[in-house]
Amino acid sequence: MKAHSYEKAFLGAAIVVLLACMGALGFATFVHGIHLPGIAGRIDPAMVRTTPPFDQPGVQRIGDNAYRAVLIASAWSFNPPEIRVPAGAEITFTVTSTDLLHGFNIEGTRLNMMLVPGQISENRYTFREPGEYTIICHEYCGLGHHTMFGRIIVTEPDVEPPASGD
Amino acid sequence: MGAYTPTVADPHVYHLPVDQRRILRWTIYIGYFALTAGVFHGLANALSYAGFSILGWFPGLATYYQGLTAHGVANVLFFTFSFSNAFLPLLTSRALSRPLPTPLLYLGFVLLVAANVLVIYAVVGNRASVLYTSYAPLQAHWTYYLGLVLLVLSTWIALLIMLAALRGWRKEHPGARIPLMAFLCVVSYVMWFLASLPVATEFILFLLPWSLGVRAQVDPLLTRTLFWFTGHAIVYAWLLPAYVSWYVLVPRQADGALISDSYARIVFILFLLLSIPTGFHHQYADPGISNAMKAVHGVLTFGVFFPSLATAFSVVAALEIGGRRRGGTGLFGWVRKLPWGNPSLVAQMLAMATFVFGGATGLINASFTMNQVIHNTTWVPGHFHMTVGSAVALTLMGVAYWLIPYLTDRRLVARRLALASSWIYTIGILIFARGMISGGLAGMPRRTFIAEATYRSEAWRIPGIVTGIGGTLMFVGVISFFAVVLLTVFFGERGRGPRDVPVSGSLTAPSLAGWEPWLDRIGVWVLAAIALILVAYGPFFLTYAPAAVSPGFRLF
Repeated sequence: MKAHSYEKAFLGAAIVVLLACMGALGFATFVHGIHLPGIAGRIDPAMVRTTPPFDQPGVQRIGDNAYRAVLIASAWSFNPPEIRVPAGAEITFTVTSTDLLHGFNIEGTRLNMMLVPGQISENRYTFREPGEYTIICHEYCGLGHHTMFGRIIVTEPDVEPPASGD
Repeated sequence: MGAYTPTVADPHVYHLPVDQRRILRWTIYIGYFALTAGVFHGLANALSYAGFSILGWFPGLATYYQGLTAHGVANVLFFTFSFSNAFLPLLTSRALSRPLPTPLLYLGFVLLVAANVLVIYAVVGNRASVLYTSYAPLQAHWTYYLGLVLLVLSTWIALLIMLAALRGWRKEHPGARIPLMAFLCVVSYVMWFLASLPVATEFILFLLPWSLGVRAQVDPLLTRTLFWFTGHAIVYAWLLPAYVSWYVLVPRQADGALISDSYARIVFILFLLLSIPTGFHHQYADPGISNAMKAVHGVLTFGVFFPSLATAFSVVAALEIGGRRRGGTGLFGWVRKLPWGNPSLVAQMLAMATFVFGGATGLINASFTMNQVIHNTTWVPGHFHMTVGSAVALTLMGVAYWLIPYLTDRRLVARRLALASSWIYTIGILIFARGMISGGLAGMPRRTFIAEATYRSEAWRIPGIVTGIGGTLMFVGVISFFAVVLLTVFFGERGRGPRDVPVSGSLTAPSLAGWEPWLDRIGVWVLAAIALILVAYGPFFLTYAPAAVSPGFRLF
């Protein structure tokens, strides 16, 4: 019957579409190098402030045009609340929480991580445009959740290694 | 039904005993009451995105997040599961023309009522403003966790009720194929039973003893992973009862027929196999989980999209058969001939239409590259209000328009208002989701009291207003729905309800030969599902050493 030949064609097309989506996913992962935060180590949330690298939160230069930004999230702020990094440099964000689940989403970018007590979250990002970016805690963390944010000042590429703000 | 094969054992009318019918009716009432109670807070949430805080209007509501907890728990847990606890056993009984085990019906109802009492106590008293995801280390009052455990137990009882009826029927009909309607209902809750085990473990072993002080600390990543182990499949537990209606009731309501009996069974088996091993796609942004396993879950999530695409074909084909039988011609002429005056059918067809957008946005969520742009932004609720908030909610509202008259034996009143409610809701959800989705693309965080946030973006202003307008229309739609239900229950003309469940016929009969009877071996499919779950979750649980590091926080 006719319905069944249409059915086969439809299901065939469905499989092709899904395979094409998966192909695009593979392309973005391996060609564009878009990666998720993965396993980056564990930490005791009660000892965060005395455990390296979180004993010195802020921005450190770790290589040629490469920086590490270390931040601590606690209800309801980030420490440091503002950091400065240069555009064009690869920034490794290393972040953890001392208390609740928090979120770490840099508005207007794809840098988007969950912060889970006991775990270290890490991912890399390169800002192309100088400017001011908001870090939004996008995971519900209690009554003051909507007051929790941080700031990133992205400076011109050629500026010398900036110090962390406070 | 003409030349079609019925999807039930006996096409003659079958009525459940009066006391059993009454329990199912009250279970359904709890569900629709939960829907209506939950949308008040839904309205407050939507208006918050538009910059208005109407919290002060709610007596007994202390905070935004308390309202959001109530919205989530009432609308996606109590509404959906109360409905399914009654709807699936009712259809199973109708499919087999058999009564249900009365003691289990009472037990399930008592558990559901107790769950309501405990959770309402916890949420109304602001003792559990942890949102429906209940992430540790935010810690709710123990009554909240216990209440949700009882809710899950009530769903297990509903499954037992169906299995008991099915077992009795099979004993009397050795070698016969399971009637399709019963098969779909049973498989839906078998899938949910399997899916609910991790969250039951999370609540019973960790969160409940932790809230009682028996356990000092929990591992937030472990409890979160257990939650999402259940958390994606749970959306299919909400969706499959709607699919049951689309497969075996809607064709009849549209004067059409199901195109294939086996096709429907295969789709539900695929959901049983693929719904559960997909949970990591809710944890793409999480630390502590290997990216390889996240990718495996991503691919399986694309896989579980396939049975939904197959459903799209089947239900539209069934509607087309109906439209053509009613005199429709041409490529799309049959659409106009569908019974657009039937509020039950219209609600469900609109649910299907909005679900197209829900599905498409779901594929974007599953793509872990794009997921990084939208994770935990309002994009996500924009997406799931077009799945659970329309495909499910609108279908369940549409079902009410025949089910409430059927269970009360009263005629549906205010038919025009019933029709209007679905259109208003649909227009509302499309506007609402448009706002949420554009806001999310601009980074607007979800589950956040935007009206009083200390940061702001110009790019969120218009999307926020759009969200507020859409949400208001959705609220009006649900209130109209509830008005129709209340008017029908109290003032509908007695003795004028539908005589029977709208049972559809199928173009093809279930075969007794070849491979098809294997479809009915539900136990075998469960084993296959478990094998797939072990592949998807085994590596994480085998290599993850839990570290209980978090005491409870009650910052709400």
